Amino acid sequence: MSKDRPTPPPETSPPTTEPQTDAAGQLPALERSVMGSVGMALMGAGLRSARPLQKIVLGSVGAGLAAMAATGRNPLATALKIRQTPQGEVLVSDAVTIGKPADDLYRVWRDLAGLPRLMTHLKAVEVLDERRSHWTVEAPTGTVSWEAALTADEPGRRIAWAALPGAAVENHGEVLFRPAPGDRGTEVAVRLAYRPPGGSAGAIAARLFGEEPAQQLRDDLMRFKREQELGFAPTTEGQSSARAGGQA
Amino acid sequence: MKAIVWQGTNKVGVETVPDPTLLLPTDAIVKITSTAICGSDLHLLDGVIPSMEKGDILGHEFMGEVVEVGRDVRRLKVGDRVVVPFNISCGVCDPCRRGLFSACDNSNPNHRMAEALYGGVSGGGLFGYSHMYGGYAGGQAQYVRVPFADVGPHKIESDLRDEQVLFLTDIFPTGYQAAENCGIVPGRDVVAVFGAGPVGQFAARSAQMLGAAHVIVIDRVPERLAMAESAGCQVINYEQEDVLIALREATGGRGPDHVIDAVGMEAHGHGPGALVDTAKQRLKLSFDRITALRWALLSCAKGGTVSLPGVYGGLIDKVPMGAAFAKGLTFRMGQTHTHRHIAPLLSRIEAGEIDPSFVITHRASLDDAPELYKTFRDKQGGCIKVVLNPWA
Ligand SMILES: [Zn+2]
Ligand SMILES: [Zn+2]
Repeated sequence: MSKDRPTPPPETSPPTTEPQTDAAGQLPALERSVMGSVGMALMGAGLRSARPLQKIVLGSVGAGLAAMAATGRNPLATALKIRQTPQGEVLVSDAVTIGKPADDLYRVWRDLAGLPRLMTHLKAVEVLDERRSHWTVEAPTGTVSWEAALTADEPGRRIAWAALPGAAVENHGEVLFRPAPGDRGTEVAVRLAYRPPGGSAGAIAARLFGEEPAQQLRDDLMRFKREQELGFAPTTEGQSSARAGGQA
Repeated sequence: MKAIVWQGTNKVGVETVPDPTLLLPTDAIVKITSTAICGSDLHLLDGVIPSMEKGDILGHEFMGEVVEVGRDVRRLKVGDRVVVPFNISCGVCDPCRRGLFSACDNSNPNHRMAEALYGGVSGGGLFGYSHMYGGYAGGQAQYVRVPFADVGPHKIESDLRDEQVLFLTDIFPTGYQAAENCGIVPGRDVVAVFGAGPVGQFAARSAQMLGAAHVIVIDRVPERLAMAESAGCQVINYEQEDVLIALREATGGRGPDHVIDAVGMEAHGHGPGALVDTAKQRLKLSFDRITALRWALLSCAKGGTVSLPGVYGGLIDKVPMGAAFAKGLTFRMGQTHTHRHIAPLLSRIEAGEIDPSFVITHRASLDDAPELYKTFRDKQGGCIKVVLNPWA
């Protein structure tokens, strides 16, 4: 992140350069196919495992190996699908299509104080004035907070924000609302960029221990979609089974 | 209540579990009057579907009587007699609105598991079919919780017996959709069906209902072939004949215009390809064995359709893609969009065009179910379809 923040993030996709691997970094074909198989098997084992941590770790390592096989690239950051900008920021983005008009969805997001309901790892957003707000995030090490400012606000189209200089975690992000083709509603695209404490090693460690921002964002977007389309989240929590207590 | 429970690979048992309760205002509780064991339950028994957990209640083909409804349920009321589709759909997302009910965006609470395996998208939830498909408790039990109660359950208002309408929940629409996906030109097209299990039987009869000029059914189990033959199909026993040659002969060298693979990943099959598939599946390196799929691609006529109602779970290799490309085949596949087939197929049953109970060979109580899972899997005693009475 450059010193003269906040500036509006670019209208189009921020630079998403994958770490480059030279020809020597390519894995031999045999190794790739073995890795692919083992990766799939681990993913299966991870999904089968009843223990959540094991599920995530086996699942991630499996997905990592499968990804290595698929791309033929070796670097751990690539294998774990951690994307980085040339400036060393970790980039997380995802999108979801929701069967509602863009204006409605924009209004929900523009209510910054309500954002913690959409993004579960956000603990609180306190609106300070027209532009500035105070964000508090739940982290494995405790809570982290910073001040942020809106860098763009285009009703029905786009909201962007950036942490003000001196934030504990440098970060910026944007939400785009685009009409989906046909009668499918609105495409909501979210892009977040942050500088992880501990650099890319920190990002890898966080990923392996299940603190996975890309997955969190995906879960948040799906929860948002379901809240908007259904008004509730489907669940099996509390259903009947033959496990201890008979619960799910 | 009593329920059939998954206890581990090759272990299914009857256990007493708590009665289900309403978890959301859009739920209903159904007292089950009839339920069935499906061929795809055997994949769970075999342990080839990931993300089953010990204690899960099985079963996704069931019907019964509504005994409780949540406060937001509008269309159903206590006392209604319903058949319940095996897939769970929200009814409002884009796939649901387009009639792609099994591809529902919103009904699977564990969407992230399927997303990890299937390219970032998950299908809808299924009753009693692993946590990847939502982890919903199934209906091989005395009661079941039915989510999205205004979307799935279909009222049966005529006096048709359970056995005549029960299979509207899965195998009849599944076989029908497989045939419908072929785009059969009435009076002209020849359809081959690999697998004469329950879905294959319904696929063959549906192809006939849709006007196929000729239907050929391939299997190795004599009782199953006899059932297909009694419906007027030509049959081929692949243990006695070379399938590809027999199909060429039966079609004047053209091959069947459409081929339905009603076997899926548990294809039996012979030869080195099949051995490799089985070994990989045992080692959990692959979920699927694909002899039937290979035959389907190799036998299908130029410009034909390969329709796949059989369940595929993971990655497959040694697929004769060259043959598929050379002949310009179309592939149609996917989990059944049960909801959209129930009303039209119920009309056909009411009109006497088909009586789906023809497929039943075994009737039993829940207590007998663990034994019958094995009977069905091993195709013993002429077993084609098992119906269970939870109150017997
Ligand atoms: Zn089934
Ligand atoms: Zn839906």
